[in-house]
Amino acid sequence: MSETRYTEQHEWVRVEGGEGTIGITRYATEQLGDVVFVELPDIGKTLARGAEGAVVESVKAASEVYAPVGGKVTAVNEALASDPAKVNAEPEGEGWFFKLKLSDPAELSALMDEAKYQDFVKGL
Amino acid sequence: MRYLPLTKEDRAAMLAKISVPGIDALFRDVPKAAIVPVEAFDLPDVKGEMDVERAFTRLAACNTPASAGPFFCGAGAYKHHVPAAVDHLIQRSEFLTSYTPYQPEIAQGTLQVLFEFQSQVALLTGMEVANASLYDGSTATAEAVLMAQRVTKRPKAILSGGLHPHYAETIETVAGLHGQVLRAPATPGRAEDLAALIDAETACVVVQSPDVFGLLRDLKPVADAAHAKGALLVVVVTEIVSLGLIASPGEQGADIVAAEGQSLGNGLNFGGPYVGLFATREKFLRQLPGRLSGETKDAEGRRGYVLTLSTREQHIRRDKATSNICTNSGLCALAFTIHLSLLGEDGFTRLAALNHARASSLADRLAAVKGMTLLTSQFFNEFTLRLPKPAAAVVEALAVKGILGGVPASRLYPGAMQDLLIVAATETNTDEDIAAFAQALEEVL
Repeated sequence: MSETRYTEQHEWVRVEGGEGTIGITRYATEQLGDVVFVELPDIGKTLARGAEGAVVESVKAASEVYAPVGGKVTAVNEALASDPAKVNAEPEGEGWFFKLKLSDPAELSALMDEAKYQDFVKGL
Repeated sequence: MRYLPLTKEDRAAMLAKISVPGIDALFRDVPKAAIVPVEAFDLPDVKGEMDVERAFTRLAACNTPASAGPFFCGAGAYKHHVPAAVDHLIQRSEFLTSYTPYQPEIAQGTLQVLFEFQSQVALLTGMEVANASLYDGSTATAEAVLMAQRVTKRPKAILSGGLHPHYAETIETVAGLHGQVLRAPATPGRAEDLAALIDAETACVVVQSPDVFGLLRDLKPVADAAHAKGALLVVVVTEIVSLGLIASPGEQGADIVAAEGQSLGNGLNFGGPYVGLFATREKFLRQLPGRLSGETKDAEGRRGYVLTLSTREQHIRRDKATSNICTNSGLCALAFTIHLSLLGEDGFTRLAALNHARASSLADRLAAVKGMTLLTSQFFNEFTLRLPKPAAAVVEALAVKGILGGVPASRLYPGAMQDLLIVAATETNTDEDIAAFAQALEEVL
């Protein structure tokens, strides 16, 4: 059973078996426009909660992607190097950025669930 | 109407806001010894325009301009013939008055020039991508070191002893804050072995060819040694005309090329403004400092130019920008592009051959002077001689005879290499110049 959680910086994290997959939300991709480049973290790097994990660059802006929860990077989405448009096409699927082995699953409770995130976006 | 932006009241309000008693208090951390009172400057009374002109003309006449007689100085700045068409074209107001474009796409002509410039630099250096220029060769080299540190995520830069010492100092100033800079000792006339210095912390090895003493370096071995340890090779070229004859840095394994472009289109300009060339491999494109002009098509399918990949830059990425360079040497780059376009590939190769031929006959003549030793066995248009006397005094004595006979190595290495003289020849030196130099040298030695 996996559940997706969201941050106010428009990252999502989906946890399965102690491993979290992280990406940016559709709302974020709509704000950015066409994504042209994604810089991913090194595998094995430990990220504290809120630390810069990746950089996403669109035709009009570049933004940092922060780790919604702390952990050690176990995988990165290599496919984005040649096809960054995947982020726009499927932001919450094939357009994921990196995976983390969570250091403290309790950190998830501080994040929003989908309903709360949708309310949050409506209020922007 | 008030012309001064701040009134006394404005100042008082600002000082009160930050709780400072007066302007002087803002400067209290400046050491007393560093403060020079205005009265200490012994300035003459107000003079009329004609008097000022007379005074400055008199002062200017104390100089010996490079064009006044036989001129053989190089060491990073080279006197070449710049066709009159270059100056004529760069003075067109569309080019002359435009700064690096902040609303770039409206200046299609400027962007096209920058695009052509980049293409020329990439071709010359044998690299895949070049930026729209940096300030000069030395700051371009410092940017290359910063870029290598970003790419490799390693701290250390190893500088060849043949790198121009002013370039080394610029690297220490700019890149030294981010990591270690290790300078190998200078070895005039021969190439040192840098391989043993390269370790797992090394971001890059910086090698200049032709080096500051004029020696042409075989870059392949140091490229292989750097790559074997995961480090990058930064190749520095201070005399870009050399690339008309020798294998490009790209062919020899360079990962980044930083060069001075002054030789094409630009005069000596008393040391600046110059134009820094910067080129690299496409895989490092995202870490490239500076501006990039790209070719594209507009909505109607017509060719057009845009500033591209700007998201790396300061105005978008702020403190996360790849470098603090958000500009380029537009006018100098334009002069470079026009000069190289006028030469063409064939003309450029012939210019390079002519430079080498001039330098070779100069080397033959000077080496035949009693007591002189030629230290540089392989050179392009510059070489180093060992003199039987201190070179600085010899150069002064030659200047009295109206000959500017090279750069004493002690100018670049204060207190060392007293007997070494770095001498350059270009297409501007005639047979008469060379004969006059050799004869004057015999007289002063």
